[in-house]
Amino acid sequence: MPIITADQAKDSYDVVVVGSGAGGGQAAYTFAMEGAKVVMLESGRNYDPREETPMFQTNFDAPLRGAATPDKPLGFYDATVGGGWSVPGEPYSNASTNPKEQFTWWRARMLGGRTNHWSRVALRNGPYDFKPYSRDGLGRDWPVSYEEIAPYYDKVEMLIGVYGTNEGMENTPNSSPGVLLPPPKPRVGELLIQKGGATLGVPVVPVRRAVLSRALDYRTIPAKLHPGNPAAQRVLAESMQARAACFWATDCGRGCSIRANYQSTTVQLPPALATGNLDVITGAMGYQVTLGVNGKADGVAYIDKATGQTRRIRARVVVLAASSCETVRILLNSKSAAFPDGIGNGNGLVGQNIMDTVGASLQAQIPRLEGLPAHNEDGAGGAHMYSPWWLYRDQLAGKLGFARGYHIEISTGRRMPDLGTNAGLEGLTGGSYGAAYKQDARRYYGSFVSLSGRGEMIPNRNCFCELDPNLKDRWGIPVLRFHWKFSDHELRQSEHMHQTFARIFEAMGGKAVGRVGRDGYEGIRPGGNVKHEVGGTIMGSDPATSVTNRWGQLWDVKNLFVADGGPFCSNADKNPTLTILALSWRTSDYALGEMKRGNI
Amino acid sequence: MSEPTLPRIDRRAAMKWMLAAAGTAWLSVHGQGAGPASSALGTTRSTTGGYGLDPNLVKSYHPGDFWPLTFTAEQRRLAAALCDVVIPADEFSPSASAVGAHDFIDEWISAPYLAHGADRKLVLEGFSWIEAQADKSFGKRFADLGDAPRRQICDEICFLPNATPAFAEPARFFARWRDLVSGGFYTTPEGMKDIGYRGNQASGTFEGPPPEVLRKVGLA
Repeated sequence: MPIITADQAKDSYDVVVVGSGAGGGQAAYTFAMEGAKVVMLESGRNYDPREETPMFQTNFDAPLRGAATPDKPLGFYDATVGGGWSVPGEPYSNASTNPKEQFTWWRARMLGGRTNHWSRVALRNGPYDFKPYSRDGLGRDWPVSYEEIAPYYDKVEMLIGVYGTNEGMENTPNSSPGVLLPPPKPRVGELLIQKGGATLGVPVVPVRRAVLSRALDYRTIPAKLHPGNPAAQRVLAESMQARAACFWATDCGRGCSIRANYQSTTVQLPPALATGNLDVITGAMGYQVTLGVNGKADGVAYIDKATGQTRRIRARVVVLAASSCETVRILLNSKSAAFPDGIGNGNGLVGQNIMDTVGASLQAQIPRLEGLPAHNEDGAGGAHMYSPWWLYRDQLAGKLGFARGYHIEISTGRRMPDLGTNAGLEGLTGGSYGAAYKQDARRYYGSFVSLSGRGEMIPNRNCFCELDPNLKDRWGIPVLRFHWKFSDHELRQSEHMHQTFARIFEAMGGKAVGRVGRDGYEGIRPGGNVKHEVGGTIMGSDPATSVTNRWGQLWDVKNLFVADGGPFCSNADKNPTLTILALSWRTSDYALGEMKRGNI
Repeated sequence: MSEPTLPRIDRRAAMKWMLAAAGTAWLSVHGQGAGPASSALGTTRSTTGGYGLDPNLVKSYHPGDFWPLTFTAEQRRLAAALCDVVIPADEFSPSASAVGAHDFIDEWISAPYLAHGADRKLVLEGFSWIEAQADKSFGKRFADLGDAPRRQICDEICFLPNATPAFAEPARFFARWRDLVSGGFYTTPEGMKDIGYRGNQASGTFEGPPPEVLRKVGLA
């Protein structure tokens, strides 16, 4: 992938984009395809999934048989480069030492960011999700509606490729006809969960994931995405042709060398680079937006990690997509006489309203799945089925004790064996070893299923980040300090997840392994641990109560935009990536229009 | 036009990160709580000696590639014998030691990450207990014992809930040992085949469960 060094950068660009993940990748794509000259700053190294992805390596090939370590906290083959829960030389802090009030921050330091390893679960927010305050009086409404975002969801789904179905369920929107790719067939464990769930009124339907269950239609999609722009259509058609359909092997968390799933390094950056309009500087850590005499942003200051030097890049438009919290950090570190507390922070809202996803999981052993004939269940490298939230009415009627919903993600199957596959079987085997243990291992392999709740968190005043007054990173740049405390809504929701999962397992004739949480804290993962942190630069219709307007444009600085999860006003149970992509595309379209109109 | 604020950085700090950038081992800096309180992580980053945050993922690795191993020749012999007590050869697959499970365990207990230190202690103390039992009961090294005396020793410690208080600690060792042997065995090509993993094959289609599977679970 053609990447330039800091010395090769041009004097100025139309647009500088900070970050190369979902938000940055989409922004760079949209601007470059429409002819703008773009430079992208990525703090990590260059990364080429075609060369670096371990497609068929087994755990036998890996150190420690692929087990998670502090160096690779999600396992050796997780695609993340240079990151994890801690990044050397780039600390962050928590204000509290209370273990219940910790925020954990996952960062990747690589081209494509977290899009290289994500679950590919690509769900749309529904109409309620954009107007939660209007529905139940909690949190805040977005200044945009589902209807305004829906066309961008269609466009993004056509660009990246998403399998799934239109189920017509409440607050779980359909895509336009012809947009989705066909879903893969369910695995046997998923079918049993569907059957068990049905007895409890829990729907189990095909999940939507950004995986090519068949090749993209490169003949028709480019014209739909770039009408009147034959150059963009040609470039996109070529890129789409180079993406293969899934070959039904390899966990998506490793990334994909055949470009069969969505990561910005295989979907947006190749065509954007092919236009000739995009320069990418890797090892370039943006830390400050610089201002011109007219009060507009005139570029970004960054650390060139290769030399340790401070550099700057000039551009007419600045787009921050560094990840919600890193974008907050850049804005707070952009202090000047005009903005003594950081750009956009006149109302003190930069860094406020940080939300993660509520996550709680439970595993079970299902006797009916024991001793099944051997068969291949790799499938699409992730889930095929899930449960959208189903209790909207009971919840609105106040029957649940918590205000927002969750969906259930499913993990089943005869997965590639790892160190956990037959660990801790004593409860079932009575401590067998020897020949009997080998029989037991064959019997129980594939009989475990796991359900994970992914729930909406309501923003609260106790969850925010700010600059730590003392701690700095290795370049001397102030770092973030997090404050975190879940409210009863999240804790009760976590408890509900565990109770529901236990009932589903019972309905399947199985039994939960491990303790079913009776207190929300037993199941809930720490703040940030689901890696869905959004907010911090929330959008709104009033400059007094928001950081950006409905376009992700800073109220205070018209040529400065946020295109990551920062502008989210709520964090629906739906995983945020698809919405980040849709909003980034929309923000970029708006900025292009404003540039053409001469407003920025 | 405003100049960017230059981050303040002193000479010593500059030297430190330049060494780091050059690939020299250095002490990593952490904020408080830079790892989750609970979750699969469960360990903190060691300062040196691991494979780092950016290992080559497409290479094949072997025990000893990243850090020195622990077992003496005698410990390795014991480890192999104890592996085969847990997973002996049968008509479907070889024994655990025949596919190198003991070398994997050596790699595991020798790893520089914090959590591995606990396993190292547990395993080496377990080894001492096993050898002491073998000597006390049979006057031999464990590896030199036949199948029946080996099982006689292990029967006392194979299931923690049934272990008498005097055997509780070795039973904890055996539970962990069984999991390590199992992990070491079932991640090999032979072990994966034995257990019935049939994936990791490129295919033009995904057909879902075969009819006999659906019949067996009552879905067809």
